[in-house]
Amino acid sequence: MPLTPENVIQVAKLARLELTADEIALFTRQLNDILKYVEKLQELDTTGVEPMAHVLELANVFRPDAVRPSLPPEAVLDNAPRQERQSFAVPRVI
Amino acid sequence: MSIPLHAYTLSQLVDLFQRRQLSPVEVAQIYLDRIEQLDGRLHSYLTVDREVTLAQAQAAQMRLAAGGAPPLTGVPLAIKDVMSTQGLRTTCASRILENFVPPYDATVVKKLYAAGAVILGKVNMDEFAMGSSTENSAFGVTRNPWNPDYIPGGSSGGSAVAVAADLCAASLGSDTGGSIRQPASHCGVVGLKPTYGRVSRYGLVAFASSLDQIGPVTKDVEDCALLLQTIAGHDPLDSTSAPTPVPDYQAALSQEVRGLAIGIPREYFIGGLDPEVDRAVQAALKTLEGLGAELVEVSLPHTEYAVACYYLIATAEASSNLARYDGVKYGFRAEADNLLEMYHQTRARGFGAEVRRRIMLGTYALSAGYYDAYYKKASQVRTLIRRDFEAAFERCRVLAGPVAPTPAFRLGEKAADPLTMYLSDIFTISANLAGIPGLSVPCGFSSQGLPIGLQLLGRHFDEASLLQVASAFERHTEFHRRTPPL
Repeated sequence: MPLTPENVIQVAKLARLELTADEIALFTRQLNDILKYVEKLQELDTTGVEPMAHVLELANVFRPDAVRPSLPPEAVLDNAPRQERQSFAVPRVI
Repeated sequence: MSIPLHAYTLSQLVDLFQRRQLSPVEVAQIYLDRIEQLDGRLHSYLTVDREVTLAQAQAAQMRLAAGGAPPLTGVPLAIKDVMSTQGLRTTCASRILENFVPPYDATVVKKLYAAGAVILGKVNMDEFAMGSSTENSAFGVTRNPWNPDYIPGGSSGGSAVAVAADLCAASLGSDTGGSIRQPASHCGVVGLKPTYGRVSRYGLVAFASSLDQIGPVTKDVEDCALLLQTIAGHDPLDSTSAPTPVPDYQAALSQEVRGLAIGIPREYFIGGLDPEVDRAVQAALKTLEGLGAELVEVSLPHTEYAVACYYLIATAEASSNLARYDGVKYGFRAEADNLLEMYHQTRARGFGAEVRRRIMLGTYALSAGYYDAYYKKASQVRTLIRRDFEAAFERCRVLAGPVAPTPAFRLGEKAADPLTMYLSDIFTISANLAGIPGLSVPCGFSSQGLPIGLQLLGRHFDEASLLQVASAFERHTEFHRRTPPL
């Protein structure tokens, strides 16, 4: 089912990406080309085939729940565009 | 005729440094001068800090003088700008990280420092490792040193060029769908993508977490083995890192290939393969046969589905991994009245077109109502692709074939159609999907003087066999010794 520009706008919203009108048109076309190409996967019968989530059979790789040395707050805030009272400052939510 | 210092291999430098016959400061200086002289045109480096490099070289010199210096002491390396280097700007070739200075080192960087290496700088790449030509960098293209009107390949284009043009002794790149092997092939150097989990991804900026691996880009196979030895191994900071013990890779280098079975996937030689690539690869296979290897025809029947499979899985994982770039804690922030607007504007202006395209594709593939048809389906096909390799490896030790369907193409030639670019990943992409290791070694040149690589693919954790075959091939050929006309 081909993507409409409305679909593209909706996906952009989900991905928190602002697109210009030209970009909406371009991406609609390009994404449709790609989606048409990946349709070929439907040629394959994958009944009963396990989806491959991991290359290695590693499971539950845990460490003890103990405090370990971590980055000092100054280092963490060092790249912050705006900081206030040892926190990341952002514009109001609404 | 003596070889200039900048052309020495990593192994040669190691030997001369350890024997105190050469000074790390002198070599670092030579590379820094050469970068200044040649890199304005090639643009392989994004960040070079002369003072820091020379200080590291000076410290290396003192360690060597004191005795007992670790194996890579003094060796100058270039690091793809996708790996965190503490105190040294790390951009992933993106505006969204243009001024980002990491507060920590990637595990591989820590390992290199522990081995005494010196870092010359950070090299160019496609933005967030998304691309096959390094044309997607936000900070300018990198040019192929064999012909500057041509792409070097990608996404580790900077690494491949820096090594090919002798602007470093070796480099670390990363490979998610061929990003080490393909530029290595296009630039006439050696590149290895290790088995998934072989090398820690801690500090590797994530593109596709189930596909990404860091690996060496080097002047020859011996250097590749040495660098792999240094960076491989389990890391408690990377929960996907394998506990599998690291063998002695150097031991593989001197072994012959008599009686070793090499599988030739028939699907890698049909339709669309450039006749010159075909010729060079076939000649390479003949050379290996002449050395006693046994060529066996095998089939990887799901090859034609690999690109489709990859561009759903990789983009889905990328859409998730790149959600963190929102202007809040680090990186570029667009000013806005409210938080949502800030996210939208930051990401729209911070990310390039290819990155945004892939985020969109991945978001769609994971979205409600489409997950089963796209992401889940692709994950199932991924299992089928992996099974193809497992079946093939019952009849051979390694597989051999081309790295890319053509030699490097002209800058700008494929920029207009993303899908055409994606299709050129056909031979490298399956290895990432299956998690197996792959290596590219120089095996010829096109009639236009552009390098062509031979790809070797191996079983999980059998990098040793790849190094064995590549090393035997290299010992009996001269392709890796040719240098670009600079």
